[in-house]
Amino acid sequence: MGVGIEVRGLNAWYGKNQSLNSIDMTVPANHVTAVIGPSGCGKSTYVRCLNRMHETIPEAHAEGSVKVGEMDVYGSATDPVEVRRRIGMVFQKPNPFPTMSIYGNVAAGLKLNGFRNRRQMDELVERSLKLAALWEEVKDDLHKKSGASLSGGQQQRLCIARSLAVEPEVLLMDEPASALDPISTSKIEELIFQLKQHYTVVIVTHNMQQAARVAEFTGFFLMGSLIEYDKTEKIFTTPADKRTEDYITGRFG
Amino acid sequence: MPQGISLWRRLTNHGATAFAVSAAVLVLVPLLAIFVYLLIKGIGSVNIAFLTRTPQPPGEVGGGMANAIVGTGLILAIASVLGLPLGIGSGIYLAEYGRNRFGDLIRFTADVLNGVPSIVIGIAVYGLIVIRQKHFSAFSGGVALGIMMIPTVARATEEMLLMVPNVIREAAYGLGIPKWRTTLSVSLRTASAGVITGCMLAFARVAGETAPLLFTAFGNQFWNLKLNQPTAALSLQVYTYAISPYDDWHKQAWAGSLILIILIVGAVAAVRITTSRGMMKGAS
Repeated sequence: MGVGIEVRGLNAWYGKNQSLNSIDMTVPANHVTAVIGPSGCGKSTYVRCLNRMHETIPEAHAEGSVKVGEMDVYGSATDPVEVRRRIGMVFQKPNPFPTMSIYGNVAAGLKLNGFRNRRQMDELVERSLKLAALWEEVKDDLHKKSGASLSGGQQQRLCIARSLAVEPEVLLMDEPASALDPISTSKIEELIFQLKQHYTVVIVTHNMQQAARVAEFTGFFLMGSLIEYDKTEKIFTTPADKRTEDYITGRFG
Repeated sequence: MPQGISLWRRLTNHGATAFAVSAAVLVLVPLLAIFVYLLIKGIGSVNIAFLTRTPQPPGEVGGGMANAIVGTGLILAIASVLGLPLGIGSGIYLAEYGRNRFGDLIRFTADVLNGVPSIVIGIAVYGLIVIRQKHFSAFSGGVALGIMMIPTVARATEEMLLMVPNVIREAAYGLGIPKWRTTLSVSLRTASAGVITGCMLAFARVAGETAPLLFTAFGNQFWNLKLNQPTAALSLQVYTYAISPYDDWHKQAWAGSLILIILIVGAVAAVRITTSRGMMKGAS
């Protein structure tokens, strides 16, 4: 089951440049929350702060409070590796491990964390591929084909399956469909809709229609600040802030 | 629509293609010439005795280089055990952790070491190991060749790891895989084809080295499998035989050269075949 996320006073920097200004946000469990905004507004940085991926970039750091369920993400005793194990991430460009088979890709998170039970691993791989709606297309080639031999849309679903195999509580998606064609995109969107039964999903998108289609809640970012955060319907019909309205009506700029 | 392409464009196209083809052929010519010449000169002296017997006393006809063939294998094994892990290890450091002044220093040192003449490395190892142990040895020969392998392997490993896209590392971090595990099981594995090529280049390069072995392995007319005793090596044997006044030894020098080339090519090919086969299998 998914867990909720509580963000309080989150700031992030790249070197001396501040890219997030004290963000407060409450993400409800088992819902899809979208993060929208123009390029460079800090939306990617924001989700990368939620699983402490931000700090893997040289000279980048973040401060503030992020609680994912009971876990204090920025607590002094918290291991960032453990955080990332419990908060899965799907990236903009599909990035399967090129030298591994389809099975190897999905099992990578388990194997490289010392998981040894072969039968249980087979089950988890199958379950994850089914959840990611890829099982039927690849079940005969699990060990034969490399992850890189799949099409772009299949690769992205493979990456989703890979994230699901380690059984995270939250799934972060950083523009997961922006490199895909419309058919693959609609598959991913359907998938996101299914996933919220088991996971809390936060999705970054620069496609407003996509946010409207998949998300119950939407946050609008601008220049590193969270301008407005509300039910998606409210954001897209009667936004409270003039800047949100300008952005969603395309009058921005 | 051929009529749409001007004469000048067709000419330059053919000209450039012809240039590229002749350049490729020119590269192959010396390689083939050496091999064919060795074959002609050496094949006549390659026989069972050559491959199974030790050298005869000077002036006597017959005997072989069996001890040198085994000695070369022994010295190269020592060199690889020493040079490959150290080279790959420092390459990993340079690529994944070495974006700083210390990394620059290591990188500079490796490049300088790469340029040090092999005979100087031989003398250094002579001073450091042979004099202390008070005798020449297979071990000191292996150390000298191993040192020569390190910079090539290190820089090749670094370059190959830097070519692994960062999104691959991020994918691993995102799964909660620790950095050391990511480096070994994801980055290094993704770069493995290139790293193996680097290792084979270094191996092939030192396999035929003679100068660093003159004061270390020293050479031996008899069987020796002990690491702390003087050991024969094909390159040393070829050198000794080639400068000798005996006709039979000259022939054997050619045969030794041929065997050395065949062994190097064979080793490189064997590694290539086994690793390319294991690539996807190991993945599942």
